[in-house]
Amino acid sequence: MTPPRTEAQETRARSRSHYAERRMEDALPGELSLNEPGPLVRPYGDTTGDGMVQVSFTLPLPHDKRAEGAALQLAAKMGMEPALLVHAKAMGPHFTFFVVYGSVSHLVDVREVEVMEREFELLSARDTNAAIRKHLRRKLVVVGACIGTDAHTVGIDAILNIKGFAGEKGLEYYRELTVHNLGAQVLIPDLVNTARELKADAVLVSQVVTQKDAHIHNTTAMSAAFREAFPAGEVPHLIVGGPRFEEGSAGALGVDRIFGRGTTPGEVASYLVHALVDPATRHQSPETRKKGRA
Amino acid sequence: MRRARSLARKAGQPVVELARSHTTVSVERATLRLAGLTGADHENVPWVNHLVDAVRDSVGLEHGVCLPAWDALQRGEAPDLLTLAQKASAGAVSFRIPEKGARTRAARSARSAVAGGIRTIDRQRATRDKLIGKHGDPKQKPWIYLIVATGDIYEDIPQAQEAAREGADIIAVIRSTGQSLLDFVPEGATREGYAGTYATQENFRLMRAALDQSSKELGRYIRLTNYASGLCMPEIATLAGLERLDMMLNDSMYGILFRDINPIRTFVDQRFSRQIHARAGIIINTGEDNYLTTADAIEAAHTVTVSQLLNEYFAKEAGLADWQLGLGHAFEIDPNVKDSFRLELAHALLARQLFPQAPLKWMPPTKHMTGDIFRGYLLDGFFNLVGAMTGQGILLVGMMTEAVVTPWLSDRDLALQNVRYVMNAAGGLTEDFAPPSNGLIQTRARQVLSEAVDLLDEIVTDTSGRGSAYPQPLLSAIADGTFGAMKRPPTKGKGLDGVVRKADDYDNPAVTLLEEGGTR
Repeated sequence: MTPPRTEAQETRARSRSHYAERRMEDALPGELSLNEPGPLVRPYGDTTGDGMVQVSFTLPLPHDKRAEGAALQLAAKMGMEPALLVHAKAMGPHFTFFVVYGSVSHLVDVREVEVMEREFELLSARDTNAAIRKHLRRKLVVVGACIGTDAHTVGIDAILNIKGFAGEKGLEYYRELTVHNLGAQVLIPDLVNTARELKADAVLVSQVVTQKDAHIHNTTAMSAAFREAFPAGEVPHLIVGGPRFEEGSAGALGVDRIFGRGTTPGEVASYLVHALVDPATRHQSPETRKKGRA
Repeated sequence: MRRARSLARKAGQPVVELARSHTTVSVERATLRLAGLTGADHENVPWVNHLVDAVRDSVGLEHGVCLPAWDALQRGEAPDLLTLAQKASAGAVSFRIPEKGARTRAARSARSAVAGGIRTIDRQRATRDKLIGKHGDPKQKPWIYLIVATGDIYEDIPQAQEAAREGADIIAVIRSTGQSLLDFVPEGATREGYAGTYATQENFRLMRAALDQSSKELGRYIRLTNYASGLCMPEIATLAGLERLDMMLNDSMYGILFRDINPIRTFVDQRFSRQIHARAGIIINTGEDNYLTTADAIEAAHTVTVSQLLNEYFAKEAGLADWQLGLGHAFEIDPNVKDSFRLELAHALLARQLFPQAPLKWMPPTKHMTGDIFRGYLLDGFFNLVGAMTGQGILLVGMMTEAVVTPWLSDRDLALQNVRYVMNAAGGLTEDFAPPSNGLIQTRARQVLSEAVDLLDEIVTDTSGRGSAYPQPLLSAIADGTFGAMKRPPTKGKGLDGVVRKADDYDNPAVTLLEEGGTR
């Protein structure tokens, strides 16, 4: 049985009360509790339901009264009513920067929020290394290449080179990964042989050039060559990356996974752990996850 | 400090010997560029690549590209260099290594052609001096360095001019991702790049012309920066000299460690490119910030010092003066670490004390910029404060939206307000800031220096390569993973097939002119 609120708690609750559905830090049975947010919420400034947000933006207008009015008009169209223009500054003769505070009229229904999940968990470099060390107990060997006539190593280098991409270090940076980047225009038989010699766990192939579907042809030829050269069940994990592959076409291309535009090295490393090292990192299904959060 | 320098010399010297005894396809192509060969075929393969490849295929590059090429011209295979390259690309020229009189004649006319390019570089340097005299240097130190990177040179130009109006003293045009791994320099004005704009001669020219306009408008000379590091270091350095760029990113080991470029290729290319920079009066910027983004900024602090010392040695050996050494370092300590600001001060102060005459390049936080722009803005303020307190020469302006978006107009404006506030409020602190020798800052600086000396010691005594084709201790250290935990053996990496050991009668008039300081 929850004890009744003290006088101090009661006063505090009343002083901040708002017509919106106020949630209590110390809810009595039947009252809404802060511990169970939603389903309808508004932004929170300092009072439940106040809807306060701050935005900053630049308009391509010289700084004058008209520009300030334009900023408030934009704020109103964004649902900020009333809006308070707290800062306006000319940035050169043609632009003005604004900071606006205001209450938004919109409500958010958390029941309608859909969470898209990748099938594996994103791991830090440290966790990736730890998982490989713990479960594989040897280095995971990765071989990467651009095949066919494709000379664009941008993609494979972004994933493999220590310099990395989007602020993330490439796979070479991972202590428990042994990375062999074969570079551009690697012939498929050479790739197969190298993968065999190095006992590759995974082969990463990048395909940027898509003229006449070159990326499709190269990829299917590559996967067929691997399946021919290795006994079933011993084919290295085949991964292909590039900006123009269709999601969900991995099966048709004969590869295990496709990565698209904007993929970062950390995602690839996490996927390798998921696919080759530690199946325990498999995510909960989106359903259970949503419930777990709600 | 003296010991640190002598160890750096000891580590560097054998590598310089190696660099002197080799040439690369890019060094030879740069020589042809100095002689005025420009342009590319319909597939955008530059004519310098065609000519060097053709010479290499028929008589090899051991003697340099000049002797066979100008010998062919003397024999009337083509009326000029461009036609020769065009014919050679179709396999329609027969090359030979000329001897006796023919050799002397070929060498003489090659020298006179290449000297034309060298004189253009000299003229551009004089023009820069004249313009600085006319418009003046920035009034404050450090100079403010801002980055532009749209991928489209015609978009970059107005942005760069706007940035200069807002207060930038130096504009850096970031290159397209992966250009450092192209074994040719793209041609012409370019409008497409990945996260940056290609470095081409025409892009250089367009941007320099635009900034000359801005310099006139603003009454201070606006400097232009680009990136030499990569497989085409010698050529990009040459184009920078010809088009009067003012600073170039040029690190002695960046390509090896972070781009997996072959170590020999890098050291040969690096030496030639730095000789060009020295001649052109270009300030180099080195890339030590990269060590700190890949390793912990406290644990790896001494690797920055070691790299600075090596960069200094290689730079001076190539003829660069102290004022041309924009040695790099960065504010990358985890802000959650206790005393992180004091440690940053210690590291920055060490660099200042080790290289008192060099315009150090101070680079902002990137690794610990989380997307929380408000916290990032504060962090940039502290970064600026270290710059002010330790008298850094070049300040790369930090953006609060680092790791979020390429900087918006407002981001740059806010970032520059941050810099101006700190410089105005605390710019004079260098005078007052003399940390006690037994305090945390000086103690830490001494510790880093001593770790750096230990590491250099370890490098020069690395004997694992003894008896192999590459006994140089520095190469063994690079192969062992001493730097940035990357193992880069001298027999591997990109661009290795473009390295050629010089024959005894190797001739390259560019190298001769650069080493003699000649003009004819």
